[in-house]
Amino acid sequence: MNIVVCAKQVPNSTQVKTNPQTGTIIREGVESVLNPDDANALEAALALKEASPGSTVTVVTMGPPQADDMLRECLAMGADDAVLLCDRRFAGSDTWATSNALAAGIRKLGQVDVVLAGRQATDGDTAQVGPQLAERLDVPQVTYVMACEPKDGKLLVKRQLEDGYELIEIGTPCLLTAVKELNEPRYMSVRGVYDAYDKDIRVWGLDDIGLAQDRVGLDASPTHVFRSFTPDPKGKGVILEGSPRDVAGALAADLRRRHLI
Amino acid sequence: MFEKKHEMIRKLAREFAERELAPIAVEVDRTGLYPKAVWEKVARYGLSGITIPREYGGAGGDYKSLAIVMEEFCAKDVSSASLLMGNSLSGAPYLYFGTEEQKRKYLVPLAEGRTIASFGLTEPGAGSDSGATSTVAREDGDAYVLNGRKTFITMGPLCDYAVIFAKTDTGCKRKTDGITAFIVESGWKGFSSGKPEEKLGIHGSITSDIILEDLRVPKENVLGEVGKGFHLAMSILDAGRVTVAAQSLGAAKGALDEAVKYAKERVQFGQPIARFQNTQFAIADMATKVEAARQLVYSVADKLDRKEKVTTEAAMAKLFASETAVEVANKSLQIHGGYGYMREYAIERIYRDARILPIYEGTSEIQRLVIGANILKR
Repeated sequence: MNIVVCAKQVPNSTQVKTNPQTGTIIREGVESVLNPDDANALEAALALKEASPGSTVTVVTMGPPQADDMLRECLAMGADDAVLLCDRRFAGSDTWATSNALAAGIRKLGQVDVVLAGRQATDGDTAQVGPQLAERLDVPQVTYVMACEPKDGKLLVKRQLEDGYELIEIGTPCLLTAVKELNEPRYMSVRGVYDAYDKDIRVWGLDDIGLAQDRVGLDASPTHVFRSFTPDPKGKGVILEGSPRDVAGALAADLRRRHLI
Repeated sequence: MFEKKHEMIRKLAREFAERELAPIAVEVDRTGLYPKAVWEKVARYGLSGITIPREYGGAGGDYKSLAIVMEEFCAKDVSSASLLMGNSLSGAPYLYFGTEEQKRKYLVPLAEGRTIASFGLTEPGAGSDSGATSTVAREDGDAYVLNGRKTFITMGPLCDYAVIFAKTDTGCKRKTDGITAFIVESGWKGFSSGKPEEKLGIHGSITSDIILEDLRVPKENVLGEVGKGFHLAMSILDAGRVTVAAQSLGAAKGALDEAVKYAKERVQFGQPIARFQNTQFAIADMATKVEAARQLVYSVADKLDRKEKVTTEAAMAKLFASETAVEVANKSLQIHGGYGYMREYAIERIYRDARILPIYEGTSEIQRLVIGANILKR
């Protein structure tokens, strides 16, 4: 089975601060990490590979040259191969343009049985690239996958819903997007880290993947950010203490004073 | 000195320590045991054989990587160094002195984390004076018969096999001559371990006597040359000392981290104690010493990786880092005040754990002896 994992390098969300004047993310000095949902996608791919010996796992990302670090981390976790789609002409791509580039890159890889992606990235939070990619590759998709196992040449997957789940049998080729409930991503291994730096990562530009300029980049992106802002922080809360009766009384009085009840 | 792969090893070790070791540190201190699942995970990610070559089941990594993992692990739990012992004292004798058969039989499973091995040098009457070994090995046909008692042996009750040092020739003029190293399996008749010692700290690292009574060891289990056991023990100590120096660095870093966290949280006289200059000065001194220890540890590890002779520097790193760990743990506890004396705070454990560091793997006094002798003979 040829498995492709789409990954994205994102700023570590636990360290992110925004500039209160401009509302933009301050990326300087913030560590970049593998997007958490993508780590779940990679873990699922590695588990599928272990269940079907002879399979390969290739990680694909679109990003700046620094994304090399993240790809090597994926190799150190156990991926066989990695591709970096990197070209100045990709810059400013929204989800529409990004999925164009990823689809072209994946097509160039040849026959692919399963594409796995994280549900969404922590920086953009759109959850659009996975589904768009499935459309461009013309393969069926299941989003919000919380369990996945191979069964008689097909995959049996559990799709997370707000109040339950769907059990879906899906043939290959297909695309799945992973949620964090899917699994617990493994660590890199010591051996994996050493090997990761002995491998070559393929870097493909726009011309390598045979895509026209009007399909990628800022100008090709229909999404325009109108304004970005940080919501005002909530005021300090009040903790009422005492017996349940006293607290309930105080709460009711306070709400009345504020004309809320 | 560091390459990108070392940064990645640090990330791996830090994540592992935060998620696997920190949450169970209190429990391990209480029970004295690491859960089997943790040993298995250490093995699964190649941490039990970082420096052991790939052909013998290890990851084929360098000493800098081992020191990094040691630092990150011990910053969360000082006794977790015992999970990594295969990389140092447990594995090195087989790696450097074992025959091909011995390496296949004993080193490979150790590197793969399937077995636990001990190093039996110390005796009740032979601590720093390790030449005074009184365990004897009498030649008997195709075997040696061992009798004696080893003491303070790390992993004694759990080990699958141990390297045991014994006198094969009691008539030598120099007492360090005539000592031979043997590979002894714990399942053999005549092998037993004493009851686990109750210690001040590092409870996760189980310690006991190993008793040898008319234990027959086949001659193929002689490790290295007959009569050259003392030389064998001394020659692997350099790497062992770097490992304990890195463990000490981790302990010191852990104690400093706790002090910084507490100083920001604790309010007295209307402000966090971190605002007081006394606290700032204490933290400044601690952080400076930790950084000095770090530079020393990694510089020696780097020299080891370049196959340089590091006897003096390894002793310096071990001496300085271990005494720094005790000093920083002590100051950190003082910053914690009364709370630092309570079990609920990690510094109470770190303080107890750190106290072994200037003692084992060569006391501070032995390190000074080594450093002084080497400098004066130049």
